[in-house]
Amino acid sequence: MSARTLYDKLWDDHVVAQRDDGSSLLYIDRHIVHEVTSPQAFEGLRLAGRKPWRADSVIATPDHNVPTTAKERASGVEGIEDPISKIQVKTLDDNCDELGIVEFKINDPRQGIVHVVGPETGGCLPGMTIVCGDSHTSTNGALGALSFGIGTSEVEHVLATQCIIAKKMKNMLVKVDGTLGEGVTAKDVVLAIIGEIGTAGGTGYAIEFGGEVFRAMSMEGRLTVCNMAIEAGARAGMVAVDDITIEYVNGRSFAPKGEQWHKAVDNWRKLQSDADAVFDRIVEIDGSSIKPQVSWGTSPEMVLPIDGFVPDPNTEKDQVKAGGIRRALDYMGLAAGQAITDIKVDRVFIGSCTNSRIEDIRAAAQIVKGRKKAANVKEAIVVPGSGAVKKQAEEEGLHKIFIAADLEWREPGCSMCLAMNADKLGDGEHCASTSNRNFEGRQGYGGRTHLVSPAMAAAAAIAGHFVDVREF
Amino acid sequence: MKSFTEHTGVVAPMDRANVDTDLIIPKQFLKSIKRTGFGPNLFDELRYLDKGEPGRDNSTRPINPEFPLNFARYKGASILLARENFGCGSSREHAPWALEEFGIRAVIAPSYADIFYNNCFKNGLLPIVLDEKIVSSLFKSMYDQVGYKITIDLQQQSVIANGEKFAFEIDEFRKHCLLNGFDDISLTLQEAEKIKIYEQQRRTEKPWLFGAVKA
Repeated sequence: MSARTLYDKLWDDHVVAQRDDGSSLLYIDRHIVHEVTSPQAFEGLRLAGRKPWRADSVIATPDHNVPTTAKERASGVEGIEDPISKIQVKTLDDNCDELGIVEFKINDPRQGIVHVVGPETGGCLPGMTIVCGDSHTSTNGALGALSFGIGTSEVEHVLATQCIIAKKMKNMLVKVDGTLGEGVTAKDVVLAIIGEIGTAGGTGYAIEFGGEVFRAMSMEGRLTVCNMAIEAGARAGMVAVDDITIEYVNGRSFAPKGEQWHKAVDNWRKLQSDADAVFDRIVEIDGSSIKPQVSWGTSPEMVLPIDGFVPDPNTEKDQVKAGGIRRALDYMGLAAGQAITDIKVDRVFIGSCTNSRIEDIRAAAQIVKGRKKAANVKEAIVVPGSGAVKKQAEEEGLHKIFIAADLEWREPGCSMCLAMNADKLGDGEHCASTSNRNFEGRQGYGGRTHLVSPAMAAAAAIAGHFVDVREF
Repeated sequence: MKSFTEHTGVVAPMDRANVDTDLIIPKQFLKSIKRTGFGPNLFDELRYLDKGEPGRDNSTRPINPEFPLNFARYKGASILLARENFGCGSSREHAPWALEEFGIRAVIAPSYADIFYNNCFKNGLLPIVLDEKIVSSLFKSMYDQVGYKITIDLQQQSVIANGEKFAFEIDEFRKHCLLNGFDDISLTLQEAEKIKIYEQQRRTEKPWLFGAVKA
């Protein structure tokens, strides 16, 4: 057989049927479900008189709508103050109960953001195909899996058939060699990649992240990078399996045990691209040159190193792009030529499926330890990605460090990443956010998002404006 | 699903690159558990001057007079002309639901984000890819002529505008489903035997993939 990429191998292993027009019926091993993109799918299933093909392949948890204050969480789903959110969370509970789907309900200690819960429970494993009605499903690719987001009609299709109709994407390798400087994190790497290839750079591709930087990166860092593959336009991002992957998976609740474990590991070791595999596109970036990143505009590709200056639309020759810069400057309330470090911050959000794992929480805690939030920062919230992350952080005493620094320690959920619950920005407010999207209105009507790493967000909370965490 | 064969309609502009699905339908409307009701909130933050909330009567809200979809000349538009990377960001199918309910039957753009592109086909909405130069010329014609209309012929895979025919590419299977309004779950279930055979083989070869999750 000719040389294959990791993506080729994962794809080939899951093809149930090949159709004449180039599309395939692809088998899905794991289906993750949350409350926002599933109710219409369950309804469709019911109306057609269908049952889930394999209910035990599904894991559900509510995350987008759930409140993050201890007070509102105290009485579970009944305590959700927003009546529409409450109905949506209840609908997920009802659907899962009716169909025998395992759900980590709102106050289950395993509840959390779908893309944090999947890997940490071992529900998502190397070699799997994983889907969820959520674009950030690309996250799980860090395990050496083929994982991508789908729409609600496809959620229904997977529930009903355990398959998806898909056309194979092209292969892209993003190779980052060198060594990351101190204070430069996985988030900075992926933001720099998006800045380089653009938000449509990966459209039509599955991206494999390779090179020295990813080999040296922790599993949690890889999850952060793959999470944002979709912000580069790629539905799927992935990293080849190595010792770091195996060590991460070992011992997790739903990971195989005993003899099964050894067989699985032998199999997973093959999950890497062949040395002579051909990629349709290769992007090479020098990891040593990456600096801490801050997004200034309304698209993740509008990103700069911390020592950068906001661009001038008048120097952009492409009129569509110049118009985009002008609109972004206007929306963000920034002036061309302004230093990134001069941007003041009104709120800080540390959390989301991008950056809410224990390493992220530790990185933020390390920065704020013994310091106080700046007076001009109205609110800084730290939202762990899951009940398990919260428990771990509390065992390490990290919550006390945040509270002492006047940051708030919250309950797990998506929170201010997309502001479907009560956590949101006010009109015109600037936010240092560890989330993944700086779209207009994403974190609240008129809100101005700046995407950064957890350490950079924590430093901005203390300084009241963006600062270079390397000099902090 | 509504079928799509041939369509002639008024063209309206969404003249910016990287239009994301948050812009197409803001998140507060995603709390609905229904498939309908999103049309009045399509492009909510651009269409109205105040902040929209689910359950509000949209007919009494202040309209943004500067947003093209509010212009009299684009009233009743059923074809949206857009720029590159249309529909990027979130996987929310609420975006095509909102477009469809507003009355949009087709979008024409130089490129789309993958998930959005895919979601359109599940809802009888046709996303057409045309070369950037052709899209720019269509924008110009549309701005020059009030009531500018385009004809789309899916069977022939052509966009007919200004007396010219522009061919577009589309996957055979998607075209087939759209022309006939087929729901693809029933089509997939015709292959249920193949799925079962594959599954059985996998259970033997890689049993760890079938370890049931426990409550």
